Amino acid sequence: MGEVIVVTSGKGGVGKTTTTANLGTGLAMAGKQVVMVDTDIGLRNLDVVLGLENRIVYDIVDVVRENCRLKQALIKDKRYENMYLLPAAQTKDKTAVKEEQMKVLCARLKEEFEYVIIDCPAGIEHGFKNAIAGANQAIVVTTPEVSAVRDADRIIGLLEAAGIYEPKLIINRIRPNMVQSGDMMAVEDILEILSIDLLGIVPDDDTIIISTNQGEPAVTDNNSKAGRAYKNIVKRICGENVPLMILTDNVGFFARVKSFFGNK
Amino acid sequence: MSIPGFLNRFFSKEQNLSSKDVAKERLRLVLIHDRSASLPDSVMLALREDLISVISKYMEIDQAALEVGLTKSDDEVTLIANIPILQIKRAV
Repeated sequence: MGEVIVVTSGKGGVGKTTTTANLGTGLAMAGKQVVMVDTDIGLRNLDVVLGLENRIVYDIVDVVRENCRLKQALIKDKRYENMYLLPAAQTKDKTAVKEEQMKVLCARLKEEFEYVIIDCPAGIEHGFKNAIAGANQAIVVTTPEVSAVRDADRIIGLLEAAGIYEPKLIINRIRPNMVQSGDMMAVEDILEILSIDLLGIVPDDDTIIISTNQGEPAVTDNNSKAGRAYKNIVKRICGENVPLMILTDNVGFFARVKSFFGNK
Repeated sequence: MSIPGFLNRFFSKEQNLSSKDVAKERLRLVLIHDRSASLPDSVMLALREDLISVISKYMEIDQAALEVGLTKSDDEVTLIANIPILQIKRAV
């Protein structure tokens, strides 16, 4: 029986889809049987981030309406043969899938896959409730901004109310130079406010934009700092104990005095 | 840091507060507001029961008239309890 992990955030634009794509791909690279499910019906994007947009025939709504078999809708990746995508529907309404149907779908998927990673839409309404319906674990993505952390706090409360306890946090788009100069909240600040376990930190990195342009997740690129951060997170998901990445590369005075993220 | 202290420092600019500290303080306040708004009734009921049992050890209170609630203003959320005392034990 596999794990069903929902990637959520409340706020839009913090990197849910990028995180899903990188963790899914990273897990596949580690040899795991993985399926990623895009539940953002009407605004599908995970296909594009993964570079699989030209291969979609059926989608999640077709599956729950039994217009096709589950196997027909699963897109098999050509780079990693143990990695699949179940795309969202682009034309249908977000009420096209019901929570009960999501539970059934997730139960079927986890029989065949070790990891079912669900990309949740922004917001706390219908789409969110659907996305978490069949999940047994949650990853909350935030960025070091007041609005994103506030929404993360709300989402953590809603997840726990729905019986998904101890969600794990990923802090995305950290800019070490701004943290050093006191113009960006540090990892410690955010953890203190949210009181939640940290799964990983991801630096703000231009290579993410390039990899998204190319439909090739950054985790496949060893030269990408964000990609390496995602690789570390994948190892933690698999149960390995990996220290937090030290994000400061140009070692300045402050970095020498105190390493912000090190030795945890 | 107390809120007035924080505002003082922020507005007087005697001491330059980094923007990260401003963010953190704003977030702390907004989360107190958010969390208190979504606090389940059961929490306030449990708090009320606990207050009654603790205070009753020291004095007799009017349980029916006891009021417990959160009062919100812009810069803080305060827990207000109004507890009428019926009788106080004589000190020995």
